[in-house]
Amino acid sequence: MNIIVVGLSHKTATVEIREKVAFSPNVIEKPLRELVALDDIIEGIIVSTCNRVEIYATTRDIAGGIARVRRFLADYHHIPFELVDPHLYSYHSEAAIRHVFRVASSLDSMVVGEPQILGQIKTSYGYAAEYKSSGIILNRFLHKAFSVAKRVRTETKIASSAVSVAFAAVELAKKILGDLSDKTVMLIGAGEMCELAAKHFLNSGARGVMVTNRTFEKAERLAEEFGGEAVNFEEMFVHLHRADIILSSTGAPHIIIGPKDVEDVIRRRKFKPMFFIDIAVPRDIDPKVDDLESAYLFTVDDLQEIVQANLAQRNREAEKAEEIIRQEIGQFYKWLSSLEVTPTIVALRTHFDEIRRAELSRTVSGWKDLPPEAEKRLDTLTMAIMNKLLHTPTTVLKQAGQGGRVDLYVDALRQLFDLEAASDEENELELEE
Amino acid sequence: MSQIFFYITLALYSCSTLLYLVYLIRTTPVIALWANRLVMSGFIAHLLSTIHRFSSAGHIPITNMHESLSFFSLTIVGAFLFFERKYRVTILGSFVIPLALLLIIASSAYPSAIHELNPALRSNWLWFHTIMAFISYATFTIAFGAAVIYLIQQHFLKKKRFGALFQKLPSLNTLDDINYRCLTVGFPLLTVAIISGAIWAEKAWGTYWSWDPKETWSLITWFIYAALLHGRMTTGWRGKRAAILSIAGFLIMLFTFIGVNLWLPGLHSYK
Repeated sequence: MNIIVVGLSHKTATVEIREKVAFSPNVIEKPLRELVALDDIIEGIIVSTCNRVEIYATTRDIAGGIARVRRFLADYHHIPFELVDPHLYSYHSEAAIRHVFRVASSLDSMVVGEPQILGQIKTSYGYAAEYKSSGIILNRFLHKAFSVAKRVRTETKIASSAVSVAFAAVELAKKILGDLSDKTVMLIGAGEMCELAAKHFLNSGARGVMVTNRTFEKAERLAEEFGGEAVNFEEMFVHLHRADIILSSTGAPHIIIGPKDVEDVIRRRKFKPMFFIDIAVPRDIDPKVDDLESAYLFTVDDLQEIVQANLAQRNREAEKAEEIIRQEIGQFYKWLSSLEVTPTIVALRTHFDEIRRAELSRTVSGWKDLPPEAEKRLDTLTMAIMNKLLHTPTTVLKQAGQGGRVDLYVDALRQLFDLEAASDEENELELEE
Repeated sequence: MSQIFFYITLALYSCSTLLYLVYLIRTTPVIALWANRLVMSGFIAHLLSTIHRFSSAGHIPITNMHESLSFFSLTIVGAFLFFERKYRVTILGSFVIPLALLLIIASSAYPSAIHELNPALRSNWLWFHTIMAFISYATFTIAFGAAVIYLIQQHFLKKKRFGALFQKLPSLNTLDDINYRCLTVGFPLLTVAIISGAIWAEKAWGTYWSWDPKETWSLITWFIYAALLHGRMTTGWRGKRAAILSIAGFLIMLFTFIGVNLWLPGLHSYK
């Protein structure tokens, strides 16, 4: 049995193509049923996110299976095959396993280490399990992918640092102010980045937001959005001492907050530290503010620098993650290949034969005056019993091997008769969720 | 017996110091984990050594240089373990545990023989007075460590240098918090130690205060921390100013503890 992967991602296709082949989660049952109804496709899972559309399937016939799934992606969406085909990649066997492990561990993401992809794959797997389009192999495969992703997450620092400017601002603020839960944010002016940063601060537990703007209505509108309070621009310095985090991005042509202003405010705050981020060009906050002992001023450039450093760190961590994946592929592949029919039949026969020989020799050795002739007969007898017993399962297995869901039999047999220790370690596999 | 534990302690502190220093440059969680484990086992060995010495001497082992340096080291490590648990600041160990190691090495350089207790010290006040003083010293040492880290971290923030060490050091707020917490514990204990010392002096020598060098320097130490605590509570002396003052306080405290014993003869010189 082989695992195949067919799909496209942000690396191979533009968003126009990606959205054409995307599957909506609301109607995922139909494509899943059609997928597993394809010739030679036995199990199937569809993963569809805004950055990638991928199909994981099992098949007996690698080339045929891949070709059919590639076509399925175009046909299902009623778009010309020629349009999709150049953007598709496909993998089989070990390469397919590696690909899925990498995707789940967020090594193939646009932002390496971003955490959403694992959840998205889990959801996709949930649909496949619900509509029974995944079976023994993909079930185990996906669970393995989840545990690999978990290992990568805990054993490397791939997702531990901020890689967006807004998030870097939050991390930096924490390095100064510590816990943000009793801290207040002040938003001066409007600007996408400031608003985003304010959202991040609120998500990280900041207590409240004050918004000020030259146009008071704008301030009010934004304050409402954040559940904060609007402050008159002229009264900004009356309220500034209440803010621990100040995000500024006005279109003012000159500096609006000078060191003298901040010095007064800080005195009022009894030297409790203040964290300023100036996103405006030209600047809103005099750089000299940073010279004050309890004021910490950062610009977009500073934040960008942090992001760059973090990205570099992620790439270094990604190498460690690749190593983990290398180890895990080997383990999973061992289990997968144990599902082949012929080695299973051999293993089953060997297992029976060992028992037969052991029992035979025990009987013979305890039997005094046993003629050699009789011993031979006993041997033939037990052999005949064994062959008779094994005949039907062997035939059924061989027939099943021609098509169908043979892995079900093979896996059951291996577990029932405890064939080979290799499958044991696989049992430790965490079956979370 | 207590010597064996003493040397085990010495070895464990050495290893953990090494790991804590490596942890400054290498960010591997395993290193931090083992540094903490080693220092914890070192602390247990140290405690056993001290208890054993206590039981064989029959009095609290802080009556000569060997014993008091070792005891100081013990209280520092104990205070570190407490604050490490409470604030999750392993990196503090990189600044404090080397000090504890230096102290115990210095201790091992002094003769370790158990002496008959000086008659003047035979009093219940001995353990109360000294334990109060030692615990306050230990918390001031932690405050010192936090203050040094604070200055380094603030330097990184002001110079916009966001390297690996910056990532590892705790937030300014946490460091300032530790500093303050140490002060609120250490200062009252130092006060109690000085007062109990005075009462004891009155009983033993007939006078509350005789301006012997130890007393004078303890008073100076007390004034520094009093000023710091007062400044914090009224005008908001926090951050850098608090950090610098606690470093100064620590240095004077160290002199009170070691320098006075060695160089300034007086009633408190027990070598």
